[in-house]
Amino acid sequence: MTQRSRLHVPNAPARPGDKPDFSYVRLSPAGAVPRPDVTAAVADIEELSTSLVRVLDDSHNAVGPWNPHLEPADLQVGLRHMVLTRAFDDRMQRIQRQGRISFYMKSTGEEAVAVAPGMALRPGDMLFPSYRNQGLYVVRGRSLTDLMCQCLSNTNDMCKGRQMPVMYHWAKGNIFSISGNLATQFPQAAGWAMAAAIKGEDHIAASWIGEGSTAEADFHYALTFASVYRAPVILNVVNNQWAISTFQGFAGGERGTFAARGPGYGMPGIRVDGNDFLAVHAATQWAAERARMSGGPTLIEHVTYRASAHSTSDDPSRYRPKDEWQAWPLGDPIVRLKKHLIALGEWSEDRHVALEKELEAHVTACWKEAVKYGTLSEGPSLDPATMFEDVYKHMPPHLARQREELRALRAIQPKNGSAEQQNLDEQAQSVAKEG
Amino acid sequence: MAYMNMVQALNSAMDIMLQRDPRVVILGEDIGYFGGVFRVTDGLQRKYGEHRVLDTPIAEGGIIGAAIGMGVNGLKPVAEIQFADYIYPGFDQVVSELARLRYRTAGEFSAPVTIRTPCGGGIRGGQTHSQSPEAIFTHVSGIKVVMPSNPYDAKGLLISAIEDDDPVVFFEPKRIYNGPFDGDPHKPAVPWTSHPKGEVPEGYYTVPMSRAEIVRPGNDLTVLTYGTMVHVVEAAVRMAEVDAEIVDVRTMVPLDVDTLCTSVCKTGRCVVVHEATRFGGFGAELVATVQEACFWNLEAPIQRVTGWDTPYPHAFEWEYFPGPARIAQALKSVMEAA
Repeated sequence: MTQRSRLHVPNAPARPGDKPDFSYVRLSPAGAVPRPDVTAAVADIEELSTSLVRVLDDSHNAVGPWNPHLEPADLQVGLRHMVLTRAFDDRMQRIQRQGRISFYMKSTGEEAVAVAPGMALRPGDMLFPSYRNQGLYVVRGRSLTDLMCQCLSNTNDMCKGRQMPVMYHWAKGNIFSISGNLATQFPQAAGWAMAAAIKGEDHIAASWIGEGSTAEADFHYALTFASVYRAPVILNVVNNQWAISTFQGFAGGERGTFAARGPGYGMPGIRVDGNDFLAVHAATQWAAERARMSGGPTLIEHVTYRASAHSTSDDPSRYRPKDEWQAWPLGDPIVRLKKHLIALGEWSEDRHVALEKELEAHVTACWKEAVKYGTLSEGPSLDPATMFEDVYKHMPPHLARQREELRALRAIQPKNGSAEQQNLDEQAQSVAKEG
Repeated sequence: MAYMNMVQALNSAMDIMLQRDPRVVILGEDIGYFGGVFRVTDGLQRKYGEHRVLDTPIAEGGIIGAAIGMGVNGLKPVAEIQFADYIYPGFDQVVSELARLRYRTAGEFSAPVTIRTPCGGGIRGGQTHSQSPEAIFTHVSGIKVVMPSNPYDAKGLLISAIEDDDPVVFFEPKRIYNGPFDGDPHKPAVPWTSHPKGEVPEGYYTVPMSRAEIVRPGNDLTVLTYGTMVHVVEAAVRMAEVDAEIVDVRTMVPLDVDTLCTSVCKTGRCVVVHEATRFGGFGAELVATVQEACFWNLEAPIQRVTGWDTPYPHAFEWEYFPGPARIAQALKSVMEAA
């Protein structure tokens, strides 16, 4: 303390050239945190929001009260989903580097925060993801070809060329549309859950945002509404330490955990090891059971690390140590689950290599299939006149007129610099008048 | 038939829709137990229960965000934003989410949310209870924008809005909630029982969100207007003693271009009147639309009479408000031109 006020500007613990420093990440030993009954009062379980729920110990055994006791076959499925998610991400990044898609966002290192909740929830539960939860699509079985077609904006694009890559949606799979405006899905998830309760249905909602966007008002709207109406919703904060170049301290992570905001709003907060598949699964199960029993919402903070760049437009070597991920104390979710399965005698390095090869081949096959529907640069592409559809359910007259204007312009567009070109402006003007 | 003021007519619309359609829910600040600060939702919670008529936290972004989620989950939410001036915390949810959800998902998801919000001045509300922000919303693709000028239209349009599968921002000119207002604040208030559009069927009916209405036929010039200003224009027309055709736009998006332009092509003169600020206002869109279709029929430049381009001042409300004298002057000037 000093005798005058002083502005505090958070500083990242390590910048390029520095030695990575994760001493600020408070850890609990695996198995150390008690697992309260799902009906526990918020005031009695505040410790969950400051400690760290972990199941996998350093010897790769599952220990303690949060062990969800999943069957080895389920763990193998979880591993498969995570390996497939990573193989898909790696391929799409390479494809972006080749210039065949405009943009991509990997989830490397964070696969468990999507795959484990995806498996712990029921198919009828509604998911409101952010842009780095592609593992949910893998769990719910959307074909990678379809996701690739979206990234390609081709003739099979679910978004009909209207969204940047990775902004998927899937109504039949109960996965909501991804928005580029951060945190907007959070109050929407609360509203969806309120509606489920109003209708007396058993489904719950779950949403994900990054720790950076907890600073948005929408985060606080969501917590307020979810808490006030005890909406059956799980609100996941993926604390991957970095929001582009902004480290988690700028979202308020220096003075308290993100999970601790839950009890402040009257809901449980669980801080969980986001790279521990079993712990994330168990925390989700706990929150889901509580929500289905009218116990209301739970805020879960997943402590993880964004191993990749924010997006293909980002260069993290400009703002953080290159080897930071290697120093991350909670490791790699895929490696940890793999070693656990090996420790159980239910997996081997050889089987793992074979799985990776199989899934890489699957990704290759999906890509071959996807490009049959066209690429953004080479076509075939959708008729641009489709851009006027779905603005409203029924096209109003002013949009119908504009569509005809575009069609007329395209009809007179010369294929390649012919003599027609000279008259193009004149013709376009006359068409516009007629339109 | 019964006489209703606009508050009663809007209440009746929601009552009927809550009765007819179990998917309809109403949410907003003070709207449940209390019945709304303007009484528009009075009695609805008692009748339909607190699961269908929900009091909410004071968080417009949360109200609209939650309404979107409810809409995605099969409900038809009617959200009240207590004053249009308070809508801005929810603006991102309207513009980036509600308006574009159908588009960005190629029709897979949509949220049929109606946002009701009282707008306009003349109630000594100062700059935070008097705004007319309709043009901010007409600029956004994917939402419909409505502003009725009387009880009959208010009820019929609100039922249309709630039934519509697209999102609607429904502006309610609060100065005329209890009676038509001719722009003179010193005259005693006039009740809706004195106005033919105060006669409102008690049952279900709709007014389509695609049609303007000619509220006074005339031959000399056309006045395009909406909301409170419809009544102020009627007074100004009497004052200027011109045979004006007054068109109540009613629905700004989608706009009934045919009715507007047919009238202007017939009269050859046009004045556009709204209470909102002028620069970039909805009047600019009306003027551009009319001149595209009617340029060769126009006898004089189109004029706009609007609120000044300042915030809405508390003490100088009636100097700010585009009253009948200012409008009458514009009508005469357009008649004298050329």
